[in-house]
Amino acid sequence: MSDVVIRVENLYKHYRLGMIGTGTLSHDLNRWWYAIRGKENPYLKISEKNVRGVKGKSDYVWALEDINFDVKRGATLGIIGKNGAGKSTLLKILSRVTGPTKGGFKVKGRIASLLEVGTGFHQELTGRENIFTNGAILGMTKAEIKKKLDEIIAFSGIERYIDTPAKRYSSGMYVRLAFAVAAHLDSEILIADEVLAVGDAEFQKKCLGKMKDVAGSGRTVLFVSHNLVSLRALCTTSLLMQHGKLIASGETNQMISMYLAANKQIEGAAGADIPQSESSVFTGEAKFKKLYVLDENGEPKNTFFFNETIVIVLHLEVYQKLENVMSNIFVLNQFGERILMATANSGYKPCTYEKGEHEITIKFNDNLMPGEYSFGLSLANFFTGANIDFVESFGNFTVAKESKSGDTEYPWATVHGYIQPDTDWKEKKIN
Amino acid sequence: MKEKETTEHWDVVVDADKNRISINIRELWRYRDLIMQFAKRDIATVYYQTILGPLWFLIQPLLTSLLFIVVFSNIAGIKTDGIPGILFYLSGLTVWGYFLTSFNATSNTFVTNAAIFGKVYFPRMVTPISKIISSLFIFGVQFLLFLGFLIYFMLFKGLHMSVNIYMLLIPYLVLVMGGIGLGAGIIISSLTTKYRDITFLVTFGVQLLLYLTPVIYPMTEIVGKKRMIILANPISSVVEGFRYAFFPVGQFPFKHLAYSSIVMVIMLFAGMLMFNKIEKNFMDTV
Repeated sequence: MSDVVIRVENLYKHYRLGMIGTGTLSHDLNRWWYAIRGKENPYLKISEKNVRGVKGKSDYVWALEDINFDVKRGATLGIIGKNGAGKSTLLKILSRVTGPTKGGFKVKGRIASLLEVGTGFHQELTGRENIFTNGAILGMTKAEIKKKLDEIIAFSGIERYIDTPAKRYSSGMYVRLAFAVAAHLDSEILIADEVLAVGDAEFQKKCLGKMKDVAGSGRTVLFVSHNLVSLRALCTTSLLMQHGKLIASGETNQMISMYLAANKQIEGAAGADIPQSESSVFTGEAKFKKLYVLDENGEPKNTFFFNETIVIVLHLEVYQKLENVMSNIFVLNQFGERILMATANSGYKPCTYEKGEHEITIKFNDNLMPGEYSFGLSLANFFTGANIDFVESFGNFTVAKESKSGDTEYPWATVHGYIQPDTDWKEKKIN
Repeated sequence: MKEKETTEHWDVVVDADKNRISINIRELWRYRDLIMQFAKRDIATVYYQTILGPLWFLIQPLLTSLLFIVVFSNIAGIKTDGIPGILFYLSGLTVWGYFLTSFNATSNTFVTNAAIFGKVYFPRMVTPISKIISSLFIFGVQFLLFLGFLIYFMLFKGLHMSVNIYMLLIPYLVLVMGGIGLGAGIIISSLTTKYRDITFLVTFGVQLLLYLTPVIYPMTEIVGKKRMIILANPISSVVEGFRYAFFPVGQFPFKHLAYSSIVMVIMLFAGMLMFNKIEKNFMDTV
């Protein structure tokens, strides 16, 4: 007998886009009426953006295509992929919430799935009553729940409110109780989707710890999260999914690198040619032509590791000799606010550009916090401040929470601020 | 390698290509605690934040009976087989009510539980079965009300009633009623996942069904073709038999009860097949 507890074989799942949000006879008739007149399905338009991996007719989308993998007993397997890569669909099928279109899977042992925390909680019931209902939904027997009741209540940390109806709970308390129930499941296989994205930082840490315990106790865990940090902490191996296909599997660190690298390929390199339309001020004397966002090795990228050096290469075309000017680069946060300015001439002195094309290379040394950013560019008269060419926002890029080596990653859910200043900390005990 | 695999034991096998129908009784049994938990929750949450609480279960049949006395007995002059009006109507309404609550509670299983079904797996039949059990509780309360009136009439109104053997059949009658309610409910719930229109049709149909059931009138008043139509309704014999157990007028409808039992088995079987087929992929169409 082999040690494989989950075997997925040639699994396919398709969704009919036209079905989304419809399903009444009138809509079906309408669709049919369009079809006999040779017109396009009128309900297809809303979902056109989703069309990926089209096969044959365009109103079918493969949410999962030919998925094959085995999970060994005691493995903690992470599933990595962008939104819409098929991760959740895969978990739904493995949790038996919905069925596959083709192929199938086999499982040894009991599966408990946490696609959501607090499924089946009833507002009118007390915390204690909800523990029993929720536990039963997740597959526990009454005896099992009774045995663990004290432990569950203690883990949730809401002893005081346990006999109060759930509708009086704060959302945090609600989630704490729900996760406490889920965490005490005794199934051989646990499937979890994004459940750690709840509660405050302290509780998240507790949850991650509990998940680690579960994984450490020899049970099999399948885990989907967009939080690559917790994924790395929890899962030794991972699957990498893209557009409904399984593109790689292996060690988590390696998969995360591939995932971040793959993002680059999907979105294309950030920057490149700056179209004229991006300039909000343009006098005709000079123009920023190109912007490249690169890593240290000169590779174009738009997702950077935490604490990774970012290199910007600017091409400035000067149509006539310019004197007493300065060029600046801004970094904008995701709200479009300028969070920093750097000037090409760090001494804040006027400079001169000869006619012709200039290349400016700017190196940002590991000082941006995780987040989404873009660049702003300006070439202005040094004395009057009047812009010669001004680009409000261009070249989106992301700084991830993960670090390249895995040892200095950003550990928390909330990112405070945008810049890590170069500080010097001295500490001594004074009392 | 394929041959080696077949010797391995897998607890769960899902294969889209082998679309077999499976009604897994053992799995349902394993989830019996969930069934009871759902049933308890349904009963408990009905009267949360109401002043009268479970009394509402009694007020409904009581008021309906009074209304029937005024409209059908007094105004329309429909006979009640010599049984006091309140007892006649209550006996009919109590057992009809069990069908109605069972059917109403199960006929929208997929639509009302889509949120839970979309997030966690458990045998979907757990939900309708738990509804039948919570409906049974409501039936029990209403049955006690009926017995209360019966005793009152015996003690103070000189109603003569003797214990008869047909009373032993009451549990079976209740079982048939619940079975038909469940069967019809899961058939309808399977149909409504895609076309909600059926819901409206069904609401109307159930209202009509009340008039095709001897709740308002006694079976003894109905003759000829009309009798055939009413007896084609499988609920009729159950209502008739239930009333007969307390007020033996005419004959116990054994033959018709056998017919109802067969209809129940067919409905349950067909319902389970449909339910089984729908439950696998309904999340994509609901």
